[in-house]
Amino acid sequence: MFEYAPAPESRSVVDIKPTYGLFIDGRFVDPSDGGSLKSINPASEEVLAEVAEGGPADVDHAVRAARTAYEQVWGPMPGRDRAKYLFRIARIIQERSRELAVLESLDNGKPIKEARDVDLPLVAAHFFYYAGWADKLAYAGFGRPPTSQHSGPDPQPLGVAAQVIPWNFPLLMLAWKIAPALAAGNTVVLKPAETTPLTALLFAEICQQADLPAGVVNIVTGAGETGRALVEHPGVDKVAFTGSTEVGRAIARAVAGTRKKLTLELGGKAANIVFDDAPVDQAVEGIVNGIFFNQGHVCCAGSRLLVQESVADQVLESLKRRMARLRVGDPLDKNTDIGAINSAAQLARIRELSDAGSAEGAQRWSPPCELPERGFWFAPTIFTGVTQAHRIAREEIFGPVLSVLTFRTPAEAVEKANNTPYGLSAGIWTDKGSRILWTADRLRAGVVWANTFNKFDPTSPFGGYKESGYGREGGRHGLEAYLNV
Amino acid sequence: MSERVAVRKTYKLFIGGKFPRSESGRSYLVQDSNVSLASRKDARDAVVAARAAVQGWAGATAYNRGQILYRVAEMLEGRREQFVALGVPADEVDAATDRWVWYAGWSDKLPQVYGGANPVAGPYFNLSTPEPTGVVAVVAPEAPALLGLVSVIAPAMVTGNTVVVAASPSAPLAAVTLAEVLATSDLPGGVVNILTGHLTETVPTLASHLDVNAIDLTGVTDADLAAELEVGAAQNLKRVLRPAPADHDWFADPGITRMTTLLETKTVWHPKGV
Repeated sequence: MFEYAPAPESRSVVDIKPTYGLFIDGRFVDPSDGGSLKSINPASEEVLAEVAEGGPADVDHAVRAARTAYEQVWGPMPGRDRAKYLFRIARIIQERSRELAVLESLDNGKPIKEARDVDLPLVAAHFFYYAGWADKLAYAGFGRPPTSQHSGPDPQPLGVAAQVIPWNFPLLMLAWKIAPALAAGNTVVLKPAETTPLTALLFAEICQQADLPAGVVNIVTGAGETGRALVEHPGVDKVAFTGSTEVGRAIARAVAGTRKKLTLELGGKAANIVFDDAPVDQAVEGIVNGIFFNQGHVCCAGSRLLVQESVADQVLESLKRRMARLRVGDPLDKNTDIGAINSAAQLARIRELSDAGSAEGAQRWSPPCELPERGFWFAPTIFTGVTQAHRIAREEIFGPVLSVLTFRTPAEAVEKANNTPYGLSAGIWTDKGSRILWTADRLRAGVVWANTFNKFDPTSPFGGYKESGYGREGGRHGLEAYLNV
Repeated sequence: MSERVAVRKTYKLFIGGKFPRSESGRSYLVQDSNVSLASRKDARDAVVAARAAVQGWAGATAYNRGQILYRVAEMLEGRREQFVALGVPADEVDAATDRWVWYAGWSDKLPQVYGGANPVAGPYFNLSTPEPTGVVAVVAPEAPALLGLVSVIAPAMVTGNTVVVAASPSAPLAAVTLAEVLATSDLPGGVVNILTGHLTETVPTLASHLDVNAIDLTGVTDADLAAELEVGAAQNLKRVLRPAPADHDWFADPGITRMTTLLETKTVWHPKGV
């Protein structure tokens, strides 16, 4: 391993307040019936700030503010003016992107190079993309609305959107939720994840800076109960959730029998298929990116490597050599490849499943790797000799742990890839074009990366088949979730 | 000379391209006929048949599916008088026939209208394509018996899904007769399966069935039952079409939402390079 001098990004660019209130109706307010929770830096366990935990009365307050803003300001506003507010927000995000990237890295534990080079550019791009849709909704390709719901020539917004997002890409998930909702003319109440609320609160300041009308965006921080109160509030017209399949199911039950439109982006257990003619070095880069990007805290992570038996030894040898060069440590260091696990609870989950992998008979391997003493860390890990029945081949680990399985024929690869209740993403590595298309046709997954992995773009629809949820985010497909089409 | 004694028809279920009686051996009297009273087991059998038909139907070319749907319209037109004799108004039969024709044409157009290339910011080919979700359970509206039924079956299956439909309990004869139309239209067995009987008996089984991918609750008029079915559907995160409003106009332009709700969008990325 080469020795690199430390190259820490300065955190002085961020001004973290000791406490934060809820952002409701354009102002930061104290919670009326909730408590507070502490957001910590998972790389050091230091407390970053104390944030409010919204209770039912706070949620009600936020939903009413969103309703008023929808009826009086945002709904009636011409699309071209909604667009201008979204363009403003996109610009401010670009202008303050260093600050947002450092804060994201501090609160989440992800490497600064990923927050800086992946998350933030995508966040700004997402607002730019949907800003342009705000005055073009009639051209989004949803056809004419059914006559009985017909209320005008153009697709109409739904009203107030309740949005609950996860901790793995806090600001990016916020952008995926808020940008299309606002472009379509809805107002929102968003609940960030319990462990990563800080960039959403900084985003609230950006809304103020953009002079976004009060009540159009409301941010209610809290944990599961706050999210439940929001989803179940009778005043919301739309529920959008990204998170675990288990919670997604509970939300689907909670909205049953209501008029709330629901979209869900849930878990995954993606197969990354490497055929015998794949360029090994490129495939190994893709495997590493697929499972170790963002510490594996990625719903579309390529967590099951399916490698053709004839090249398995060669691929694994090369993969191990590459893994030995991954730098695990200080997320703010610009050379860091793998940062901190987001929370103690998540670390415990990863450990539990990894222990189950060993107990069920798979062989565990990690490169020699020194982990910091404080904070939550897990060395990049692969399991070989994994069977389809093993828990590590079936359950989402959501950490830097790869399960390796082999196959002999393309048909077997497809069979194994689809042998999961999930269907979010998949990867294919081969030099043969017709094989890519043949395989892609047969994979039951919403996103298929061929000879690449973990690529995202605001124009490109993202979302799952089967128990990975329904609805798409990104592209014109993403507007559908927020329109009466 | 005595008058000729007519040959009466036995009205049965339509599962896997065949016309079985209910495995329960039961029937119920409706529209002056004994009609099969489908059981929960019949519903499960229908799902098995529908699942078996997915690969062939979803894998058929869009052109081929369109041809077959158009053939259904031809067969329906030929039986116009038969449906009128069952009490279906002539204008409803005509509208139902026209609806088959309308949906037949969508088979090779919806993927263009609803999918396409995405201009991503990088050197990548990026294409989104709609694909069928799989097996769809459908609760047909109580009325209009034929147009309502056609308006829920055709959008589900034209895109490559297979269907298990619970027909109108009070007017099932049009559904069973439609099954005869489907059986003579080159439609592969199992693509459409029709159950007659009580909704409360078959539909909860379909709603909670783990090998069903989506459910269309259009014909459910009891709000509590609709909520209960949606809770059942949540177990494997079925795609859900909620009940139609009571005043829904079945003769109006249906839009594309019925089709798109029962589709998955697959997006494929590939780098560009030399």
